[in-house]
Amino acid sequence: MSLASIGTQDPRLKLLHVNLRSMNVSETSASSSGFAIHADHVSREYKMGDALIRAVNQISLDVPPGEFLALLGASGSGKSTLLNLIAGLDRPSSGAIFAQGRDLATMSSEELASHRNKTIGIVFQSFQLLPRMTLEENVELPLRLAEVPRAERPGRVRESLDRVGLGARVKHRPTELSGGEQQRAAIARALVNRPMILLADEPTGNLDTKTGEEIMSLIAGIHRPASGPGRTIIMVTHERLLAEKYADRIVTLSDGAIASEERLR
Amino acid sequence: MKTRDLTELAARNLREAVLRNSLTTLGIAVGVASLVALLSLGVGLQQLVDRSVARAGLFDTVSVRPRQSTPFGQPGGGRRTPRDTAELAPPRALDETARKEISALPNVLEVNPEVRFTAEARREPNSQLVIVAGMAASSQNSGTLDGMTGNFFSSSDADEAILQGDLAKRLLDEGQAPNSLIGQEVTLRFAQRQALPPPSQQVASDAPNQAVSPDEEAMGFSIVPSEKKFRVVGVTPTSDSGGGPVGFNNAGVYLPLDVAEKLQVVQGSELRDLARSSQGEGERYASLNVRASGPSAVAQIETEVTHMGFAAFSLIDVTRNLRTFFAIFDLFLGIFGSLALAVASLGIINTLVMAILERRREIGVLKALGAANRDVRQLFFAEAGVMGLVGGIFGVALGWAIGRVIQLGTMVYLKRQGLSSPNIWSVPWWLVLGAIVFAVLVSLASGIYPASRAAQLDPVEALRYE
Repeated sequence: MSLASIGTQDPRLKLLHVNLRSMNVSETSASSSGFAIHADHVSREYKMGDALIRAVNQISLDVPPGEFLALLGASGSGKSTLLNLIAGLDRPSSGAIFAQGRDLATMSSEELASHRNKTIGIVFQSFQLLPRMTLEENVELPLRLAEVPRAERPGRVRESLDRVGLGARVKHRPTELSGGEQQRAAIARALVNRPMILLADEPTGNLDTKTGEEIMSLIAGIHRPASGPGRTIIMVTHERLLAEKYADRIVTLSDGAIASEERLR
Repeated sequence: MKTRDLTELAARNLREAVLRNSLTTLGIAVGVASLVALLSLGVGLQQLVDRSVARAGLFDTVSVRPRQSTPFGQPGGGRRTPRDTAELAPPRALDETARKEISALPNVLEVNPEVRFTAEARREPNSQLVIVAGMAASSQNSGTLDGMTGNFFSSSDADEAILQGDLAKRLLDEGQAPNSLIGQEVTLRFAQRQALPPPSQQVASDAPNQAVSPDEEAMGFSIVPSEKKFRVVGVTPTSDSGGGPVGFNNAGVYLPLDVAEKLQVVQGSELRDLARSSQGEGERYASLNVRASGPSAVAQIETEVTHMGFAAFSLIDVTRNLRTFFAIFDLFLGIFGSLALAVASLGIINTLVMAILERRREIGVLKALGAANRDVRQLFFAEAGVMGLVGGIFGVALGWAIGRVIQLGTMVYLKRQGLSSPNIWSVPWWLVLGAIVFAVLVSLASGIYPASRAAQLDPVEALRYE
């Protein structure tokens, strides 16, 4: 039974609830410490007028380090909402999410910002590069936010852009690049702070099939690089073929809940 | 985020919407300019008054009189001033001994008797009643003689006179320039005091002009009309040319102080002393002018002179009120000047709120990449601060230019009116710094609402924004 479902209105139950919750948290914390991501009965509700929309409904999910997980589902199934919750861009209405053993619910907004900056990297469907900045300035942004010493930054930016094959385009602005190149730049930006978890929200959604394949190859290379440690990847997509080709596991969502789960590798 | 990164990003953001931000910054600059222009005029006027009063010797002069010298029945007569009642020393005669004592006080440069009387100035066929004053050599550079044509007295005992321009005009025939009186002689007719001999000698002598030696016990004095010729050595500007009398001791004719003293002209205080039963021996002064080493020494001298049993008066109290007036005047100028800055601050709020709407998605991206609310807030603050700083600097320059134009315009106008053109405009360093700091503070205050609104943006909502 989820702790969230225990009523707290009755004062006689309040103490019991608190005790149970603290026990549950410590148990969950212990059990989550081995996972890159651990979601425990996570729900996210929105109020739209008088209606209560439950975008994510009691989802429990474990993602071990180094796994490539594909979240599959139709539009409105709650996959992007779940990704935002894991990213710390949003907070769950109930339940708990642990990232590398740390409960996101207990983090302050500053700590959540640091989590987004250092623990994870995010790639968006629409790239979300700042059009007024050059590629190197876009990629440098997370380093500025992390207060990385200025002397160290050019090397890190160059390394990231080289990795995605854009080393020669550092002075270009996003509008001067193709969609595929923009997504590569977005991946470089997501990786520049060397996060252990990469979250990708429909990374091929705005690309043609061929370019989408290239981006997926790039992400697969990040997941299992030729040398060095790999990364945990959670990718939201609605393209089953791509998911089957690259992911270790596919979790399909429907109406905010897990409908099915299949391990591929 | 580090300050340098913050400033770089803020400057970059400001450059992107260069027209709008420039207009907002111009608004701040205009606000600061109006503030600087108005305050610089206020400061300039205050300095003009300070300079004029200081040059006239009003700030460093203490006027000393015998205490309770005004009789009951006359306005203010017999009144004890708070300073009088606070002191215990009994009233004393203002005589030569007192003059020496006062001269010995610290920070006293000189003590001169005030010689001032009414006389008739005559240059046939014209004559005019005038106030004649004795002038010490130290007053040569005071504002009293500003713009004088001719020379100061050649010596302290020369029978020379300096005339006020208006008087010179009246003594001359119509159409003659006042300066043409220089080198000519003017006759002064005045009431001379002649001591009466003791009763034993009075019978023996009927001569009215017979002088009595000081060691004789005089029983009083007679008043006789007397005349003396003086050569005009200088003429001060006429009042219609802007050079009117300056200072509280202005007069129509100035004589060397020693010469004026020796004229033995009857002074009003002598009539009062004569009526008193307790009159002492020797010469008594109606008033002494004590010149201090500087305005800061005046209060101390005033206190010490009061302790000695005299009444002291200086214009420090008056100027204190003048300073209060200028402080209030500057405050009002500052408030009016700040109104434009207040309007400009609305421009900053508007610009930054617009920037939030336009950069909503960018804020979402920044947050997704790890920007904390604090970073976003500081970024908008920095943008407001940069606008304030740049606007402040340009505003000071613009205010300086406006002030300069006003100064030049005033000079041209006054010159056309045939008046002298004093400097009525001053931009002190504290005004420059203060205006820039004020502009930055106002800009930062204007940025509070937009910055906190930007910081509170929900990143998920912001990223969805098209």
